Amino acid sequence: MPQLNMVQSLNLALDQNMAADDRVCIMGEDIGVNGGVFRVTQNLLDKYGEKRVMDTPLAECGIVGTAVGMAVYGMRPVAEIQFSGFTMQAFDQIEQNMARLRNRSRNRYPISMVMRAPYGGGIRAVEHHSESREAYWAHTPGLKVVIPSGPRNARALLHASINDPDPVVFYEPKAVYRAFREEVPDEAESMEIGKAEVVREGSDITMIAYGAMMRPTMEAAEDLADLHSIDAEVIDLLTISPMDTETIVESVAKTGRCVIVHEGPRTCGIAAEIIARINEHAFEYLTAPVKRITGYDIHFPYFQVEQHYLPDPDTIVESVKEVVGWE
Amino acid sequence: MPTKSTSNPTKATRPRRPAEVDISDTEQRPMGRKKIDLGEIDDLSILNEHGEVDGSLDPNLPDEELKKVHRAMVLTRKLDIRMLNMQRQGEMGTFAPGLGQEATQIGQVYALEQKDWFSPSYRSFGAQVWRGWPIEQLLLLWAGYFEGFGPPEGVNDMPFSIVIGSHVLPATGIAMGIRARGDDAVVVTNFGDGALSQGAVAEAFNFAAVYAAPVIFLLENNGWAISIPTEKQCTIRELARRGTGFGIPSIRVDGNDILAMIVANQEAVQRGRRGEGPTLIEAVTYRMSVHTTADDPKVYRKDDEVEQWKAKCPIVRFEKYLKNKGVLGDADFERIADECEKEVLTAREVFRKRAKAKPREVFDFMYEQLPPELQEQKREYFAKLDRKGVE
Ligand SMILES: Cc1ncc(C[n+]2csc(CCOP(=O)(O)OP(=O)(O)O)c2C)c(N)n1
Repeated sequence: MPQLNMVQSLNLALDQNMAADDRVCIMGEDIGVNGGVFRVTQNLLDKYGEKRVMDTPLAECGIVGTAVGMAVYGMRPVAEIQFSGFTMQAFDQIEQNMARLRNRSRNRYPISMVMRAPYGGGIRAVEHHSESREAYWAHTPGLKVVIPSGPRNARALLHASINDPDPVVFYEPKAVYRAFREEVPDEAESMEIGKAEVVREGSDITMIAYGAMMRPTMEAAEDLADLHSIDAEVIDLLTISPMDTETIVESVAKTGRCVIVHEGPRTCGIAAEIIARINEHAFEYLTAPVKRITGYDIHFPYFQVEQHYLPDPDTIVESVKEVVGWE
Repeated sequence: MPTKSTSNPTKATRPRRPAEVDISDTEQRPMGRKKIDLGEIDDLSILNEHGEVDGSLDPNLPDEELKKVHRAMVLTRKLDIRMLNMQRQGEMGTFAPGLGQEATQIGQVYALEQKDWFSPSYRSFGAQVWRGWPIEQLLLLWAGYFEGFGPPEGVNDMPFSIVIGSHVLPATGIAMGIRARGDDAVVVTNFGDGALSQGAVAEAFNFAAVYAAPVIFLLENNGWAISIPTEKQCTIRELARRGTGFGIPSIRVDGNDILAMIVANQEAVQRGRRGEGPTLIEAVTYRMSVHTTADDPKVYRKDDEVEQWKAKCPIVRFEKYLKNKGVLGDADFERIADECEKEVLTAREVFRKRAKAKPREVFDFMYEQLPPELQEQKREYFAKLDRKGVE
């Protein structure tokens, strides 16, 4: 199996799906000749031509809106938004059309499309290039929201998203893009959307994270085991919406404790939703209040100080110790 | 025709607005097929790439003004080159060089006064320095220190915009405010050929036209939007045509010709001050350098295209003009280049002294008063910094 980083594994998923299904097309700014500013779509123009690899005008609302129309016509567009900060330009089309055309047309026009975008901080980027606003899309009925954490699950989940009958917002942790490699099988691989994964088994506390926050969370889990004799179970959420309540509840029922890590702002963030579900379904198992380690309710800071804003292993370890020590 | 009030003296020259359309006109529409006049667009060039000037159009600026403009263009270039150098050495974050666009930069703000406003996009530090932004401050913001973003006292500028086209509506709104208050200031806002594809920019054009807002849309057509050449961005060649479609007087200018830029800018500013509403200036120029330092143009454009544009350098042709006019000579050019280089290096020293990360400031300026829950988050964040021993 080849060792691929996430950029390469996403490219592989696009390539294989375009080869397998001529309805799949990709569109976005600088995705053709340039191969995408992160090179996720490299070489696809040469392979599939301009009709299926569309360098679009610089207009995110235009990209998503026309992708919706192409989906109505039976294509399977994968639209790239260059940075997730610029999905805001497309808010109108995402909310009014992408998310609800199936329902508005009384099931006549299901929208099978993907909106991909790199999200999150940690790459010393300029303003507006580090946001994590996945909560907006989780808050929008009708959308699915998927966030992979490594090369292999990124490839499998993108495959699943392209073949999903519903519109999927696919957020790619850009801090992970080239951070590490994994074995990714040659043959197409898929993963079920809506399923979280227990990536580390443990008995003392459940730690839930997704995307780029999986790395500091896993690092914290190892530190907790090595230095503090705390045996943490770690869940990689993978799909933000629809959320896998079952896996979360099962784990919390076992450990009785939970912390949640995400880099997006705290208020009405994904952690808030997870806490609500734990409250609804696992309250009786809790031995301590659930804690969240998140970004703050402020604009993502300029890059000289971003490392202090982002949750880091130390802070996660401290929070876990607090929860475990709660009486 | 019903008579209308003539109390507003500027009305006659203002563009026709919906409220003034005569809806009592019940005349029969004549049958047949005829051409519609879509509005005229001038194409303006005064100083060509060989340094030859069209004397009938030369604004004949006083020598002192010519020297000022020349120095500003040289300073812009020196700063550009130095910043690229600093970025390559890790002292600067990703930034967008403006190499080759110096005449467009200085020309678009030349006629502005202190009371006027400027709302630029990110490739505008030449114009920002002209407007009064200290160089060290621009270095700070491109190096990732947020203090760099605050407009200096007395400079009516907006922080530059990174989200393509998003600043053009607020700029138009400032002009609407000027109009509503009866003031005679104007607003210049710039954006690229790529930005022209954004819906928000089209909305801004329409608002500006409808409210006769004194805003100058400075469209920097530099041939590229990252890897997308202008001819793939849209199918018209003269982008100024976008303006006339909205009822905005529009002009296409050689953006590497500082004299043409100044003339177009002056005309637009005067029109705005007279209450005649917006102007669109398409400055045809070329992005000589990388899109940003994170970009590799070799992937998508040919070197000989860049070579061709090198010959159209705005500074070289202006220096020929100045020499022919006897305003400045070769020795002066050398001296000025040295002075500008020194000015940039001095600013770099100031920048280096001030370049200190201030992680405790990230909660500043979120609201007039930080709400209690944010104060709580701030305490939590400070405790995290304390624990890590971060100042
Ligand atoms: C809304 C939005 N979409 C995408 C981007 C990413 N991006 C930054 S610059 C750029 C191209 C801009 O081209 P143009 O408007 O022609 O200006 P130029 O950079 O050539 O000066 C793109 C796509 C962005 N900053 N904002």
